[in-house]
Parts: sequence; structure tokens; C-alpha cells
Amino acid sequence: MNRTRASGRTVGGLRTLSLQAPAVTLLLLWMIVPLGMTIWFSFQRYNLLMPDMTGFAGLENYEYLLTDPALWSAMGTTLLLVGWVLVITVVGGTLLAVLFQQDFAGRGIARVLAISPFFVMPTVSALVWKNMMMHPSNGVLAWLAQSLGLPALDWFSSLPLTSIIIIVSWQWLPFALLILLTAMQSLDEDQVEAARMDGAGPLAIFFFITLPHLKRAISVVIMIEMIFLLTIFAEIFVTTSGGPGLATTNLAYLIYIQALLDFDVGMASAGGVIAIILANIVAIFLVRMVAKNLED
Amino acid sequence: MTTHRNSAPAHTRSLPIRQLVLTLLGWSIALIIFFPILWMVLTGFKTETAAIADPSFIFSPTLESYQAVQARSGYARFALNSVAIAFGSTLLALLIAIPSAYAMAFLPTKRTKGTLLWMLSTKMLPPVGVLVPIYLIFRDVGLLDTRTGLIIIYTLMNLPIVVWMLYTFFKDMPKDILEAGRMDGASTLQEVFFLLLPLTLPGIASTGLLSVILSWNEAFWSLNLTSSKAAPLTAYIASFSSPEGLFWAKLSAASTMAIAPILILGWMTQKQMVRGLTFGAVK
Repeated sequence: MNRTRASGRTVGGLRTLSLQAPAVTLLLLWMIVPLGMTIWFSFQRYNLLMPDMTGFAGLENYEYLLTDPALWSAMGTTLLLVGWVLVITVVGGTLLAVLFQQDFAGRGIARVLAISPFFVMPTVSALVWKNMMMHPSNGVLAWLAQSLGLPALDWFSSLPLTSIIIIVSWQWLPFALLILLTAMQSLDEDQVEAARMDGAGPLAIFFFITLPHLKRAISVVIMIEMIFLLTIFAEIFVTTSGGPGLATTNLAYLIYIQALLDFDVGMASAGGVIAIILANIVAIFLVRMVAKNLED
Repeated sequence: MTTHRNSAPAHTRSLPIRQLVLTLLGWSIALIIFFPILWMVLTGFKTETAAIADPSFIFSPTLESYQAVQARSGYARFALNSVAIAFGSTLLALLIAIPSAYAMAFLPTKRTKGTLLWMLSTKMLPPVGVLVPIYLIFRDVGLLDTRTGLIIIYTLMNLPIVVWMLYTFFKDMPKDILEAGRMDGASTLQEVFFLLLPLTLPGIASTGLLSVILSWNEAFWSLNLTSSKAAPLTAYIASFSSPEGLFWAKLSAASTMAIAPILILGWMTQKQMVRGLTFGAVK
């Protein structure tokens, strides 16, 4: 080891450290303090409505939670919600990215229109869909159905989860489209042209050139969406409030009920820990992928 | 383009029909996706009676819902909360992030990459996982239902993305310019203020815009941590979900005002948005 180089690095390192200190310290606190508290509370008997009941609970909260049908129902709902929205947005987003990559009149404006829902705040999206689109008697969809001679559907009472899936997909399809369109732009046109000259049809080009090119962008979309979709909250909050029954209660909403409606801090924290573990399983893959990209 | 067309005559012949089909298809899909937003904007200009009547594009537009929204619920107050919270948290995040991103881009150590990735990983913590402690801390220190409370949360929430984006912009900057400045005897501070910041201003601006958009639209913390005093627009709009608040024209008018600025900012910053949201994994 060269001594001067080593000391030079230390001086640089010290400056780097001091410049980074505010951001790093704050994020460290932001991560460790609430996380530590959540884990701590999850092992405590702690209900704001029952101040006398305190003390170490051991695994009681987890035991209760894991044997509670509500948790499993919420996990199932979470899974269905995430799964369906992913399928719809990734498949739809890929097809739309291919479409909007083609040359046609007014493509720029059409793209902007199609991407717009992503910029609409979740409470607005949910309420516009709930009232103006899906309302059983005055909504646009009911009117459409009636014009076609079909019975109008009471979306939120007969298909509550499907309704939420539609709303969330409407918000996230533009996200997938936006990312995949960007990825499309680095597709080698000459390669596509060469394949076409060799007699490859549009389907062959899609499956053997476009799709492999988009592979990495698609996985990024899947992982980022998963992290956000695992804890969808506002859309459920303003439309169904988790109901009817538990039909649209996902993990995030269940924790909210336990924490801010039942004031059961211990139980909600145990739920929080489960949510964190789930999100981290996804996060590990995403971080690894970004890390790989950082090396290129 | 011309050479391609010459080399593929068969392809050129089908072009007009192909163009027509693509144009029709592209526009129909775009309009279907955009329809709920369009419908909302139109409904905002209807009377309450027209809003719940059979869907129609033909009506005599009125501004009465817009006036009512302001007069009855004080829309401006919530809008002001949104502006203060979104811009406050963005400014704060930029202030904290600029030194950090500067160090990462220009004074990298072997730990820089790890730090960046760690920052990114804090973004993956699901908010619902830390709802309870944040709520209790906020209750105990009196930050519940305050703008300051949400500014703190949003600053921390967006800090990783802001650092990350600034880092990529700083790194793209030609090093020679900074070097030349240093040769001319500029101090680090001068270097930052007179060279780095002006030259990367577009990047800083789009980073800021992304942070504003994300804070403006955030609805988990705003719904859980505010009630009436500090509620931003996301929470105010949610108040229309109660049955007695079902006034579609007013909901639409309020919603249109709430999303219009962000929609326009969003259209302007699409490209940077991709960079920020995917942490540079998609270019």
C-alpha cells in the first residue's frame, strides 16, 4: 500500500463523509428508529384503549395474527390485487409500448394522453371511477351497459376486488407504458429492419427481438410496481373501506384498521413486520438489479 | 428513412392503410385511457343535476361548482397546504441531497456505491410497516395534523430518489469544466455555486419537479397523519367519499384543480421521471 495514496484517500473520504453526513444520518434515523419501534411493539401488549394491559407479549401478537383468518384473507387479497394488476399492466403496457412506438398521426399527443392517469393523485382516480364511471345507476359504464341492452352492474357490491383492480390498473398501466416506451427507444431499428428483410413477420420480430430487448425494463417495472402495490391504501380507503366484509381488505388496510381504528399497537406492529418482510423479499431482487446496472 | 423505404418496397405499398389503422387504434386506446380524466373535467363544468343525468357531451358549461367548492369548503386552504408541503419538502430534500450527491459524483470512495444502494433500499420500506411508530411519535411531539410533520415525512421519503437523480446528473457533467475552474483558483464553494449548480440547473429542476409530483400525489401519510388543519388536497378530495359529500360536479371541479398543475408538470418531465423512478435502471 502506497502511504501517500492511502492518506489522500482518507482526506477525500473525510470530506465525502462530512458532505454525506446529513443525508445518511437522516435516512439512517428514518429507517432504524421506526423500524426498531415496530419490531419492539410487535412483541408488546400495547393497546391504546387498554392502558393497563402492558408488558412483554413474546410471540403472542404474531401467534394471534397468524391464526387470524382476517390476516390470511388480507394476504390473499393482497396477492390477488398485486398479481392481477401486474398481469394487466405488464402485458398491456408492453403491447401499448409497441403500438405507441409505431409512426402514426398525432402519436406524441396520443402518448401524452395515455400516460396521464399516472399523474393523477390516487384519491381522485379512485373517486372518479367509483362515482362517475362505476356508479350502478348514473355511471358511464352503467349507461353503456344499458345502451347495449345489458343489465347495469353494481361494481363495488358485486365485484368489489375486481373494481379495485381496474382502478389500480388504470393508474399503473401508464407507468408500465412510460417505462417500456423509454426502453423501446434504445431498440436497434437496423436489427428489426434486417429481420424483416429476412422474412420475419411482426410476431416473430416481437417475440425474438422486441421482447428480449424489453426483458430488463419489464423486470424493473414488475419489481417497482410490486413494492408500491403491496401496500395500496388510498384507493381502498376512499372506495370500499375494505369491504364488503373483508373482500377488499389488503395487508396495508388491515394494519390501518388495527392501528388507527382498533388502536392495537402491538398487533398492528406485528402486521407491519410481516409487510416489511414481504416488501424486502422483492426489494432484494430490485436492489441487486440496480447494482448490476451501476457497474455497466 | 428514405433508404429504408427504397429497400423495402413491399412494406411501403401497405403504408397508407397501415398508417390509418395504426392511427385509429392508437388514438382510440389513448382516448379510452384518458376518458375518465376528460369526463371529470367536463363534469366539473356541469350543474349537479346535469352531472348525474345520462352521460352527455352537450351541456351549457357553468362555473358554479368551482365557485361552490371554494365558498363551501375553502378549497384554497387545502391547495395552499399542498403547495407548502410539496415545495417545502422538495426544497429541504434538495438542500440535504446536493452535498451528498456532490460527494458521490466528484469524491467517490469505495463505499459510494454501497451508500447509494443502501439509500435506495430505504425507499423499499413499506410505509404501512412504520405507520404505528410514526403516528405515536407524531402524537407525542405534536406533529399530527401539521404541515411540518408531512414536510419531514415527504423529505425523507423522497430523499433517496433526489440524491440518486442528482448523482446521475452530476456524474454526467464534463469533469474538465470543474477542473478548469479549480485551475483558475476557484474554491470548492465557488466551484459548486458558480459552475456546478448553474450547469446542472436543468437536472436539478427536473429532480425537484419529480419530488414535487410525488409529494403532491402522496396519499398514505396525508390520509393517516392529517385531519383538517394541515390536510393537503389528497386528503381533502378523500372527504368527498362520504355519502353526504356525493356531489359529482363539485368533486370534479375540485379534482380538476387538484390534478391540473401536476398533470402539466408530469407531461413536461416524463423522461426524467423514468430516470428517477427506475433509479437509472431503464434509460
